[in-house]
Amino acid sequence: MSPWFKRDSEKLSSSGKRDMPDGVWIKCNSCKEALFHKELEENAQVCPKCGYHFPISSGEYVRILLDEDSYSEQDADLRSTDPLKFKDSMAYSDRIVKYTKKSGLNDAIRCFSGTIEDRAVELAAMDFSFMGGSVGSVVGEKFSRAVSRAVEVPCPLISVSTSGGMRMQEGLFSLMQMAKVSAALVRLANLPQPFISIITNPTTGGTTASFAMLGDVNIAEPDALIGFAGPRVIKQTIGQDLPEGFQKSKFLLEHGFLDMIVERMEMRDTLINLLGLL
Amino acid sequence: MKDFILEFEKPLRALEFKINELEKTPQDGNISLEKEIAKLRKKAEKMHRDIYSKLSRWQYVQLARHPNRPYTLDYIDLITKNFIELKGDRTFSDDEAIVAGLAHWGERSVAIIGHQKGRGTKDNIRRNFGMSHPEGYRKALRIMRLAEKFNLPVITLIDTPGAYPGLGAEERGQASAIAENLLAMANLKVPIIAVVIGEGGSGGALALAVADRVYMLQYAVYSVISPEGCASILYRDASHASKAADAMKITAPDLLKFGIIDEIIEEPLGGAHHDPGLVAARIAETVTGALDELSTMTYNERIEKRIEKYLEIGEWNEG
Repeated sequence: MSPWFKRDSEKLSSSGKRDMPDGVWIKCNSCKEALFHKELEENAQVCPKCGYHFPISSGEYVRILLDEDSYSEQDADLRSTDPLKFKDSMAYSDRIVKYTKKSGLNDAIRCFSGTIEDRAVELAAMDFSFMGGSVGSVVGEKFSRAVSRAVEVPCPLISVSTSGGMRMQEGLFSLMQMAKVSAALVRLANLPQPFISIITNPTTGGTTASFAMLGDVNIAEPDALIGFAGPRVIKQTIGQDLPEGFQKSKFLLEHGFLDMIVERMEMRDTLINLLGLL
Repeated sequence: MKDFILEFEKPLRALEFKINELEKTPQDGNISLEKEIAKLRKKAEKMHRDIYSKLSRWQYVQLARHPNRPYTLDYIDLITKNFIELKGDRTFSDDEAIVAGLAHWGERSVAIIGHQKGRGTKDNIRRNFGMSHPEGYRKALRIMRLAEKFNLPVITLIDTPGAYPGLGAEERGQASAIAENLLAMANLKVPIIAVVIGEGGSGGALALAVADRVYMLQYAVYSVISPEGCASILYRDASHASKAADAMKITAPDLLKFGIIDEIIEEPLGGAHHDPGLVAARIAETVTGALDELSTMTYNERIEKRIEKYLEIGEWNEG
């Protein structure tokens, strides 16, 4: 028997901790609690202490929602062009290259064909990390193609939005994407196949004012900012502070624009339930 | 209506003033004075043409927002007969930033819906400067459904700085109201034609402008965000609005080139307010022509064509 003061397990050694790479710990944006990266990962990037939903990528969302190994990405190679030759502090074409490098994504949405509990679905999930999830021609086209596939199969369509609105670097082309995705949805709306819109933090502008609000069922993650005009613009317009909780998920639920608020960890089961009924 | 002079028109107005003054002086067969007036008139005409042949995009914006520009009700008055306004969204209120109703457009009964700006402060408060709340879009949708029921074409006139960004608007679902309109218009059984007569401000404009044909008056503008809004985000300074207008390419000629609008309806030199009757006649002619064409199609054909048209908008690289 070894002396009680001597460690018998390597796991308890303190030296290991010092060698841990950066980013193992992460501070919760909401409760400021230090969280284990792995712990967060196992909890779908939701703070186990306070329930704060960390922003996640389309790639993470597809893993949460769809059956493992069931899905394949569609139209991954669509890339934005610069139809306006738009330039502010940087040319739009350079900005696209910059964001592609930074985010590892080709644009602000990724679409997947896959299954949920063996039922075929089309999933269109947005990425805020690519130019603030702004919607230009590529997002509009990829979303519309996802709708077309859902019509063709036919199968349910699920969207996960997070977006600052339309991409002004594409001018009226981007505004027209609101009309485009809505026009595409007409064909699905005429079929008995559900379109389920999952709305995550933040979703504003033309994205909210088009497909995000057009679900047969609209679901939001907890405490997501969802609105048409951004809070800053509204504050400027009315010249006073906004009420607590304004434009948050609960506010939208109370005002009748959402069917439910669902925690990320429950999202897949909720979809399974819903699709079982539709 | 009060005279309102745009900055870039000032030299022209000064010249016109001078001509007026000279004309008022007793002529008494003074040939040299008559010659002088004729010369100045020619000069003024040339100046007018010169100014309008090289307008900057920001000057287009100023014309589109000109306080004397004819508004929706002016065109309804000039073009249609027996207009009956219909009010209310049957849910919350009547939003006077949008007017809607039935009228005779030539031989046809039609539904007309348009943004309505006010003239002067008091009227503008009533009209909320043409910025609708959700109930305005819901009233529009209600009238579109009515048009569908009675098989009447829908004509929309677009003239808004944008959907109103306020507390009540968000509470009552500004985004949802706009989204529902986009879907409904894409799927509307009757012909629908939109004419941008002034400002086509973002989602608030599009909420009435998903149509079989989209026309723009020559000096109208149509943009995803106001030039001021774009400038304050991208250049951190709203005073760079002129630069933003150039960057976003928001004029009728720009948008015709992009294939986003179908046709430009020409305005007289100086803008629609110089001859509202002429512009009204041109709108009437263009829209009537389109209605003749659209009414030969079945509603399924129209809807399919409309959807296909919007599905084609956008530019991307693949592969």
